[in-house]
Amino acid sequence: MLNYALSRLLTFIPTFIGVTLISFSFIRALPGDPIQVMAGERGISDERYAELAKQFGYDRPIYVQFWDYLTGVLQGDLGNSFVTKRPVWDEFFALFPATLELSICAMIFAVALGLPAGVIAAVNRGKFFDRALMSTALVGYSMPIFWWALLLIIVFSGNLQWTPVSGRIDLLYYFPDPTGFMIIDSLASGQKGAFTSAMRHLILPTIVLGTIPLAVIARQTRSAMLEVLGEDYIRTARAKGMSPGRINGIHALRNALIPVITVIGLSVGTLLAGAILTETIFSWPGIGKWMVDSIFRRDYPVVQGGLLLIAVMVMIVNLTVDMLYGVINPKIRKR
Amino acid sequence: MSFNKIMATGLLLSTLGVSAHAQSLVYCSEGSPEGFDPALYTAGTTFDASSHPIYNRLAEFKVGTTETVPALAESWEVSEDGKTVTFKLRKGVKFHSNAQFTPTRDFNADDVIFSFDRQGNAENPYNQVSGGTWEYFGGMSMPDLIESIEKVDDYTVAFKLTRPEAPIIANMAMDFASIVSKEYADAMLEAGTPEMLNQAPIGTGPFAFQAYQKDAVIRYLRNDDYWGDKAKVESLIFAITPDASVRFQKVQAGECHVMAYPNPADVQSMKDDNDIVVMEQEGLNVGYLAYNTQVAPFDNPKVRKALNMAIDKQAIIDVVFQGSGQIAKNPIPPTMWSYNDAIEDDNYDPEAAKAALEAEGVSDLSMKIWAMPVQRPYNPNARRMAELMQEDFSKVGVNVEIVSYEWGEYLERSKAKDRDGAVLLGWTGDNGDPDNFLAVLLGCDGVEKSNRAQWCNEEFDAIIQKAKVLPTQAERAKLYEEAQVIFKDQAPWATIAHSVVYMTMRPEVEGYVVHPLGGHIFNQVGLSQ
Repeated sequence: MLNYALSRLLTFIPTFIGVTLISFSFIRALPGDPIQVMAGERGISDERYAELAKQFGYDRPIYVQFWDYLTGVLQGDLGNSFVTKRPVWDEFFALFPATLELSICAMIFAVALGLPAGVIAAVNRGKFFDRALMSTALVGYSMPIFWWALLLIIVFSGNLQWTPVSGRIDLLYYFPDPTGFMIIDSLASGQKGAFTSAMRHLILPTIVLGTIPLAVIARQTRSAMLEVLGEDYIRTARAKGMSPGRINGIHALRNALIPVITVIGLSVGTLLAGAILTETIFSWPGIGKWMVDSIFRRDYPVVQGGLLLIAVMVMIVNLTVDMLYGVINPKIRKR
Repeated sequence: MSFNKIMATGLLLSTLGVSAHAQSLVYCSEGSPEGFDPALYTAGTTFDASSHPIYNRLAEFKVGTTETVPALAESWEVSEDGKTVTFKLRKGVKFHSNAQFTPTRDFNADDVIFSFDRQGNAENPYNQVSGGTWEYFGGMSMPDLIESIEKVDDYTVAFKLTRPEAPIIANMAMDFASIVSKEYADAMLEAGTPEMLNQAPIGTGPFAFQAYQKDAVIRYLRNDDYWGDKAKVESLIFAITPDASVRFQKVQAGECHVMAYPNPADVQSMKDDNDIVVMEQEGLNVGYLAYNTQVAPFDNPKVRKALNMAIDKQAIIDVVFQGSGQIAKNPIPPTMWSYNDAIEDDNYDPEAAKAALEAEGVSDLSMKIWAMPVQRPYNPNARRMAELMQEDFSKVGVNVEIVSYEWGEYLERSKAKDRDGAVLLGWTGDNGDPDNFLAVLLGCDGVEKSNRAQWCNEEFDAIIQKAKVLPTQAERAKLYEEAQVIFKDQAPWATIAHSVVYMTMRPEVEGYVVHPLGGHIFNQVGLSQ
């Protein structure tokens, strides 16, 4: 197991270097220059332009800039935002807990509903429930996030008034947020109703962000289960008179989980992409919206630093998924 | 504010329940401020969150007008040669305090000098703090204009200028001229945290900064020591809500009282809703099509005028602005003083346009129209606007090719004197002074810079140069009115539209005034019930 973990970790290094290079070049490959964008219609004199370029450090050759960036990254310094002038690192960690909180909730929502739905559909293959479920999943998968979110807001927040429209908590509550996780901070604050308010604010964004992963997980679970259910050992188990619950729940599901876990791991990328729209609509102060704003403003340090941090997160998740394979299937860790 | 105070406020608010809501005004803002030191930034969203609630300036714009009134300066005097402006400062003005800082003295001349010195003097320890680029200070030519700022006594400051300049008072009312506390700046420098000036702002304004949770909420508390009319609500909360439809839902659900920038498409349903109040006003901006007046046949004013008659502006207002715009006939917006309402627009008349072009011997004309790649209040969809013009021009026999570039490129390339084509662009006013439109956009100094028509008319230029140094607004206004007549006659641009700005709020909001300079100001706003 240790060797397996180490070999997986080693692949981290080239990926990390690649990601650093891509994140650095990506934003520079876009046309447009942050100083011109900042100056806008008002324009800027050549002298002032030169001064600012010097201050931002990109009057220097590109390879010098990359070297500075790389050495900075290795020392844990991602530079300061051109716009807010604050360290990228500080901004990321002020916003990341919000994204993480929402992503975890969305993932729990997707797995908690998607896994059983997929199993039930597989067991009832071809029956009405299976068809209904799979068509719903297809609709869920194809749903434009923006439209879906507005629809839910109009129905549940506007007409029915069951849920708040947007934000993380009712503005009435005001307390320090040491962890940045509203669920934890609201509990810790001891203020009556704060926790409930935070939970209520999570409902719609969780559903919106979790919809696509939910559909993917349900479909993947179904097809993996179907494959396993056709195996000889399942037939044997059935022949031995084992209860269907035990067959499906233990023998089949456990073997079907490998592709499902792969999909869950890959969904983390989808979640981060979905977070951009979800966060914008629900005024959720996370990293998705922060990245988009920075791309429009050509805020190089934020875009390259933010991309790098997000890529590292995805890499960590994938590493965890690889480790989980080993836990579920001993054959993999011995290889 | 200490942790205990924060907890106490929180507890107080939660025990007060609904009544706490009545004392808190919640504004659904459209975006996050870049920071809280207005001199460092240029975005209106940042000014709404910083200069308006937290700070004051020597002079200020009277809310709802572009007129300047005394604020931290009780009065000012301009010397006879126009090159010295002496401000008499208000006494007894208190700065806010926070957990790190409690002021030991009132506002005085040192604060004024520090507020400007840090922007213009590279030796000032704050010049480089927070990556200071001081865009507006430079953009308004302050480094060339201000020779020195002298302290006459604790409550008198003299600005020595390199030339007479009437708009200087309006400049002093701009956001970048907000007065910060020198005492606070010194204390933070000593503590090794100079960036706190930007992150935990201290000002003299009607609201004191309480807390900012990035991209989510900004909180302010009423400044009970305020020198002017105290704010009507106890606390002001900005709920940052980037999506316009969601902002509207929040107003409807009572989660916020006021929202900025509704979707034009939603305005009608807002007006139909009895529980929603919609206010509107022309924005302080203009969208235009600038011909290159140095290239034939566009060097001929009659050709330009003929083309102007070929544009169906009403169709543009309906399609591009979806009603949230108004036809522009002058290069300055109607809310600005000296707006010449007597001027007649070149009305849409394709037949007359065609005849006029023929009379000038122009036939088989092909031209380019540049369409901006970005959305602006003065032009929400430049591509669509260019397409409509293409259609209009084809009716008078002019063939149009539409071109576009990435925004930075667009701004840069459109400055070229030999540019091929007419450019769609616009301008949003900074200080409510006509000079800020007419001189910047149409003066001879602006050629190959912000004057995209490359238009240098001696008569026009002489008038605006003269108007710039006259002491009274009435005298200046007369000259600007004349300048607008020359502009209309010479037609370096086709003036297209001024945007209409809408503000949406709940009926319990009292005293809100739409500000022509574009800011959202809540000092005077209360809540009924």
